[in-house]
Amino acid sequence: MSDRSECTTLTAAEASRRLARREFSARELTDAHLARIEEVEPAVHAYLHVMADVARTQADTADKRIAAGDTTPLTGIPIALKDILCTVDAPTTAASRILEGYRSPYDATVVRRLREQGAVFLGKTNTDEFAMGSSTENSAFGPTRNPWDTSRVPGGSSGGSAASVAAEEAMLALGSDTGGSIRQPAGFCGVVGMKPTYGRVSRYGLIAFASSLDQIGPFARSVEDAAILLGAIAGHDSFDSTSLTAAVPDYLAGFREDLRGVRVGVAREYIVEGMEPGVDGAVKGAISHLESLGAELVEISLPHTEYALATYYVTAPAEASANLARFDGVKYGLRLEEPTLLATYERTRGEGFGSEVKRRIMLGTYALSSGYYDAYYVKAQKVRTLIKKDFEEAFEKVHVIAAPTSPTVAFPLGARTDDPYQMYLADVFTIPANMAGIPGIAVPCGFSDGLPVSLQLLGKSLDESTILAVAHAYERATGWNRHRPTTVAGLNV
Amino acid sequence: MSLTSEDVEHVATLARLGLSAEEKERLRDQLTSILGHIGVLNRLDTEDISPTAQVNALMNVMRADDVGPSLSRDEALANAPSARAGFFEVRAVLGGVSEGEPA
Repeated sequence: MSDRSECTTLTAAEASRRLARREFSARELTDAHLARIEEVEPAVHAYLHVMADVARTQADTADKRIAAGDTTPLTGIPIALKDILCTVDAPTTAASRILEGYRSPYDATVVRRLREQGAVFLGKTNTDEFAMGSSTENSAFGPTRNPWDTSRVPGGSSGGSAASVAAEEAMLALGSDTGGSIRQPAGFCGVVGMKPTYGRVSRYGLIAFASSLDQIGPFARSVEDAAILLGAIAGHDSFDSTSLTAAVPDYLAGFREDLRGVRVGVAREYIVEGMEPGVDGAVKGAISHLESLGAELVEISLPHTEYALATYYVTAPAEASANLARFDGVKYGLRLEEPTLLATYERTRGEGFGSEVKRRIMLGTYALSSGYYDAYYVKAQKVRTLIKKDFEEAFEKVHVIAAPTSPTVAFPLGARTDDPYQMYLADVFTIPANMAGIPGIAVPCGFSDGLPVSLQLLGKSLDESTILAVAHAYERATGWNRHRPTTVAGLNV
Repeated sequence: MSLTSEDVEHVATLARLGLSAEEKERLRDQLTSILGHIGVLNRLDTEDISPTAQVNALMNVMRADDVGPSLSRDEALANAPSARAGFFEVRAVLGGVSEGEPA
């Protein structure tokens, strides 16, 4: 069987079983995805580079491994990589002009691990430039469109990864999440997305945005698949000094059908003005559903939630302004020559970076500059302590916290590009987890006017297992993840 | 608080960003607006709170000082916009050093 309309719809777990039974080959599975990409890319633009030749070679190798019985759960599974992860066999651009044509001399650790497990790389996905944005409209190479409604954004910054999984252009994808850049686009595109605990996954080879916040994580069409991909990339790496040495558990081991004995915290601060009624209703319905599965709902308070966005918009730009200093037109990337070195720096960076990246470099440089450092940067780090403490106190009472992933569904392209702060508000519910370093997962929980709504579950540091188990029980009971965008123009299957 | 054009000029120089006059004007207004939103932090008394710059408890992660495999010089230079004789090539930084002369 190599009918693409069937095999591209499968979960990775199911595809792996069928590969083992030789119902189709890894090569057929890969070719079906490449055909699907060709069909829907004109409407979606999830990819910046499709790695067709690499993918076919990897698929053929995977078929040999399958024949030899030397397999992992990801052998032969087609995966998309956010184009901020370094790969030796495809360009890595961070969706920026300043890195156009850049070829990394090494693989990111996550890429190396997936290669070793026999995964197939379909390509590099679109993102907001340097992962700075909430809509993928800040890509230097054109926006990605939401497969549910191509007049709307897929969210961001990992919008290409989210859209590729939603549109069945990839079975799984990797993204990065600094303030919600996995969970928010997963929510907008109706797929599962997870930000692991800070330090759980190595960032070696992830182009750095905000180093105290960045974390790599999975996109999938089921919680089980997300757990499989997380298990494949998690663990200590001596090349990332912030990576944690804690053993990686079997994330599937705790999966169960009911939620008896699980205490779910519901924070009053996550019910805010400006929430769309359709989102509010779907998320409240999801929380009730958790209760019907046996969970005990506990009202909690995270009193510093309202300060998280401001804390983030000092911290992340400050770190970004330092990280992006490396783009100087000397070692790699664009150089626009001027008579002096200083003028060369200024022209290269002025023309190489897009407007949002420049805005954040300016904001971060200002917050770190002499005379303002204490008022902005140090102040934000102090408030961060309070945000972290809120979560620590809450997790003394509950096992997980349930909240909306975003206050709205996917918005139309162009709707927020004129007002940076309006765009920043799209991440108001996802940012606190990054500030505290805790894991969070976004799972589909219904629709509002035909667009996906997402439930966010937050867990204790390094307790990915519990939020995955709760998300899995919810998904199994409701089946929201099985809805696919099949009626959109250009996507009709 | 509101940023002046001089503030924007100063920060752009610190950040080595060449900006057009129009960009500077727009950034002055946008940054003023964003900093206004950030001002919400001043509502909190943080006098006795210690800052958190990084959330996991790791400190000073060291490794053994052993030689291991690393990129070759050619690999490290492969993406350079300009390289010569095994070095990254840039404009002279110090005055009076002419092309080709060892600095």
